[in-house]
Amino acid sequence: MYSEKVMEHFRNPRNVGEIENPDGIGEVGNPVCGDMMTFYIKVENGIITDVKFKTFGCGAAIAVSSMVSEMAKGKSIEDALKITNEQVAQELGGLPPNKLHCSNLGADALHAAIHDYLRKQKQHQTGCRCPYCDQPLGVDQTICQPCNTEIHFCMHCGQPVPKNAAVCPKCGEKVKKE
Amino acid sequence: MSPVCYFDHANATPINPEVLEAMMPFLKQNFGNPSSLHRLGQYARQAIETARQQTARLINAPPDAIIFTASASESNNLALKGLALAYRAKGNHIILSAIEHISILEQTKSLKRLGFEFTILDVDQYGKINLRQLAQAIKPNTILVSIMHANYEIGTIQPVKEIAAICHEKNVLFHSDGTAAIGRIPVDSKEIDVDAYTFSAQSFYGPKGAAVLYLKPGTRLTPLIEGGFQERGRRPGTENVAAIVGMGKAAEICHRHLPTWIQHLNRLAQRLYHELPTRIERLVFTGHPTERLPGVVSLCVEFVEGEALLLSLDEEGIAVASGSACSARTLKASHVLLAIGIPHAIAQSSLLLTLGKDNSDDNINLLLDRLPPIVQRLRSISPLYARYLRGENPYEFKTGHTHQDKEN
Repeated sequence: MYSEKVMEHFRNPRNVGEIENPDGIGEVGNPVCGDMMTFYIKVENGIITDVKFKTFGCGAAIAVSSMVSEMAKGKSIEDALKITNEQVAQELGGLPPNKLHCSNLGADALHAAIHDYLRKQKQHQTGCRCPYCDQPLGVDQTICQPCNTEIHFCMHCGQPVPKNAAVCPKCGEKVKKE
Repeated sequence: MSPVCYFDHANATPINPEVLEAMMPFLKQNFGNPSSLHRLGQYARQAIETARQQTARLINAPPDAIIFTASASESNNLALKGLALAYRAKGNHIILSAIEHISILEQTKSLKRLGFEFTILDVDQYGKINLRQLAQAIKPNTILVSIMHANYEIGTIQPVKEIAAICHEKNVLFHSDGTAAIGRIPVDSKEIDVDAYTFSAQSFYGPKGAAVLYLKPGTRLTPLIEGGFQERGRRPGTENVAAIVGMGKAAEICHRHLPTWIQHLNRLAQRLYHELPTRIERLVFTGHPTERLPGVVSLCVEFVEGEALLLSLDEEGIAVASGSACSARTLKASHVLLAIGIPHAIAQSSLLLTLGKDNSDDNINLLLDRLPPIVQRLRSISPLYARYLRGENPYEFKTGHTHQDKEN
């Protein structure tokens, strides 16, 4: 049913695992539709320096995850975004027709992780900073790590505001007390 | 290409050497057409009639109640369409269960186009139908009830005798698909009082290509194939003589040894029921705990996908089956597992072990030895298991494929 290449990647999948504090996470599929893949990436200077994945799925899904992780590692973000599902299937020496959707998931999961990274970057660049110590704030952070202060956000513009401010210093709207 | 141990007897059984021996002359020198009048033809005719008697004896039926077909799927089609069309004047309503084989369920499409109506009965968490629901579902225009004797995916045995009694009280025909039951439990057509019964030779160490539709004498049937007198016009076409002879021999052997096989199968299955959970956590056994087929062990290994399990076991020389979506050509999870209320995500983890008479304790030992590390390896890759270990709900998902990140 499967090519020897698929079986080889299924037996010894590369880059299995999770990355602590990854720069991007992409999760696609769910077991209801058959497979679920989670990709973690580390990015330095626009290059994907590390990729790890976890996959719940059939032989093809596991082999595809492994192949995608190998193909993406060391590539620039731009090049990694160009990896197509067809390329993945081709690299694996072909997949049975009814398993092609597994290869779709593989590239999708990688791309989702990259887009997650880019979204975080964008937020980072728009200058979301702690109003107390001026260090950059992560996307979903409600506590500033460097100064260990709880952060409140303006209901109107979404920017962090000092705890006791009555008016948002960014947009000038009244800050509602929760 | 032969596995070290074979646990997929629901899909095919190894052919018994005695059976093959009985078949061989009919693939070689005794090639005559049973419809021919010369001695070579009549020799084949005689062999078929002997096989008919042997096969009839297996289910305690008169020989003329046996119609030879080529597969259980064909028998199911002949039963449902053949009876529906023959009794059309009486009514157009048919009752099935939700866990029938697809060769029953798929026929609803074409029969609906011909004007028939269906009621599909739900099953409980063990896969059993509710007799009171069945009685209530029977309407004045009901002509046929088709409910399988036992289910091959979860092993649950239906109360066929009671079903037959309810049907006959309301003057409705009862067909039962016995493909999974035959060769695993004794089947007595008279005791069940079934009107039509499907089974095939490959369930009991016979060849593929030979199956039976038992039809109670006096029951009308519209043939699906026309143009010949074979099987008294009910299933025309030149007989597959060798396969039929093989089925007869297999039936004779099965009839003789079934009690011993059952004991053996029960003992091996009990070992798996007791020993698997001590070696692997989070197993969900499916089907009825006691009213089930000997040697059918059906379970879900949580957080691991069934096809990946199957492939890994195959690499170790262990042949099994799975009802997961990925192992099905249709890419849909088993309708049987979903019907008994197993959530989609857990149905993907289905593992089906159907044991056979030739399985040994060594086979069981090998499985018990090889399965745990395979499960461990696949779980170490699984994001669901990671969630479980973190104490999160492994089965909470965003629905569908999520491409929203891309669109942002």
